Amino acid sequence: MRPEAGLCFAASFAPALLDPARGTPEVVTGPHGKGASRRYDVYRNNVTVSLIDALAAVYPAVQRITGAEFFRAMARFHVRSNPPTSPLLFEYGHSFPQFIEAYEHAQTMPWLADVARIERAWLDGYHARDAAPLSAASLSSIAPERLAEIVLTPHPAMRIVRSPFAALTIFAANRDEAPSARIDASIAEDALITRPDFEVAVRHLPPGGAVFACCLASGQPLGEAAGAALEAAADFDIATNIAGLIAAGAFTSHALGDAR
Amino acid sequence: MSTVIEPTRPAAMPLRFSTPIGGVAGTSFKPEHLPDILEAGPRRGFFEVHAENYMGDGGPPHRALEAIRRDHPLSLHGVCMSIGGPRPLDKAHLARFRGLVARYQPALVSEHLAWSTHETSFYNDLLPLPYTEATLACVCDHIDQMQEAIRRPLLLENPSTYVAFRDSSMRETEFIRAVAERTGCGLLLDVNNVFVSSTNQGYSALDYLADFPLSRVGEIHLAGHAEQADDEGDLLLIDSHDGPVADAVWKLYQIVIRRRGAVPTLIEWDSKIPAWPVLQAEALAAQAILDRHQSAAPEGERHAA
Repeated sequence: MRPEAGLCFAASFAPALLDPARGTPEVVTGPHGKGASRRYDVYRNNVTVSLIDALAAVYPAVQRITGAEFFRAMARFHVRSNPPTSPLLFEYGHSFPQFIEAYEHAQTMPWLADVARIERAWLDGYHARDAAPLSAASLSSIAPERLAEIVLTPHPAMRIVRSPFAALTIFAANRDEAPSARIDASIAEDALITRPDFEVAVRHLPPGGAVFACCLASGQPLGEAAGAALEAAADFDIATNIAGLIAAGAFTSHALGDAR
Repeated sequence: MSTVIEPTRPAAMPLRFSTPIGGVAGTSFKPEHLPDILEAGPRRGFFEVHAENYMGDGGPPHRALEAIRRDHPLSLHGVCMSIGGPRPLDKAHLARFRGLVARYQPALVSEHLAWSTHETSFYNDLLPLPYTEATLACVCDHIDQMQEAIRRPLLLENPSTYVAFRDSSMRETEFIRAVAERTGCGLLLDVNNVFVSSTNQGYSALDYLADFPLSRVGEIHLAGHAEQADDEGDLLLIDSHDGPVADAVWKLYQIVIRRRGAVPTLIEWDSKIPAWPVLQAEALAAQAILDRHQSAAPEGERHAA
């Protein structure tokens, strides 16, 4: 829809908000013939600072790792090139991990983007729809010979982040204020994010566990998921893994595959 | 055999207070204050939240809001509807807003005379608009849509502004009065915004208030502001919500209450958030002023005139 005459003010006012190269829009003025540069700059500042603050609220561990000055400079680039498209700020920054991955000055911290991915998944889990997690007891009614056929429905808060680095250990060490021991960043880690009892929890998945959980979350029957996990890790233990996922609140319901 | 848990639409929370809520003072609700608020138990007052913070599907924010709303009236304050913008309202956002009103049954519902979205970008600020016949028609249309969606009158808040538009053909008070008359909406008078804008725009705050349709005011906001300078080095006030209410704003507030009578009054404090007792003390100061001007004290609560 083309704005009618007299409604073009937003198109004149908006472009310079996130573009410091543009001058103060012609449509605005100060009172009684005063200038409007510093006055318009209040809006530029409100927009830029509040959006950087929004990223800092989503990514506190990343900020703690890089320091506020580094973080805010990096976030400013991202805010200017990728402003939010939704008024829900807790949805902002889904493309920030990718941005960090490519950010020139963050190349010495190759694990930083994966720490950001865990933080983004944490917040997604925090705001996800409420649902009662599946209890371990409800699986006991399944005849053992049919267990391989069951299909599980993932809990709305369940997320998996896989990293070739120790991103989860780094995340955990930087989400609390306690000083952490030295971390070997080169150890690959898989993280499971869930929200049992309304508190977000982040757990390490054992070798094969992420493949297993991803297969289940995508709707594959338990037997197939276990097969894929065994291919990924020869020592994969199905009983421990399924019990661990259920205890973590990763699923809401089960069904027999043939009942789909 | 299967166990399927169907997502259910949360039921509306029952009211445990009478509406309208009368001349009580409330505060912004900040989640970090929740333990203190719950420990103190139900108290006179109300809490206001930014609607957008509770538009997630589930999780801890809704638990906190349910806990607050169980014992206190709630004010739902929208920040992002972009009522003042030229673009059609975002239908999905309107539906989310309607859902929150239906679920939490707030005592007060308000939005801003401002805009925040253009094309695909959300700017997260309350941006200004020119006051013209064209923008008036557009704002009225947006408020009609919102009031139709929530099935109740909206309170529209006067803005803090730092610039003026060359195109404007009417005063802000004239514009706001026309919006209220055409749409039937109520008004949220932000006294700090009046002080900030009058300083920044070089007019008298008292003249503004004399021209403001006070009989339509259903809520008042009070907040702190910060000081900067404009291009000429003169004082430019910033609506920062990061400190106590200024003395000059308290004085304007007393003038408004003397003329208007007691109306729900909110202490807004959104950054550099203090400990709960500090915020509560600001609300008690507003309550003391309100109590000197209660035309009829609510049942069960008698206060000396």
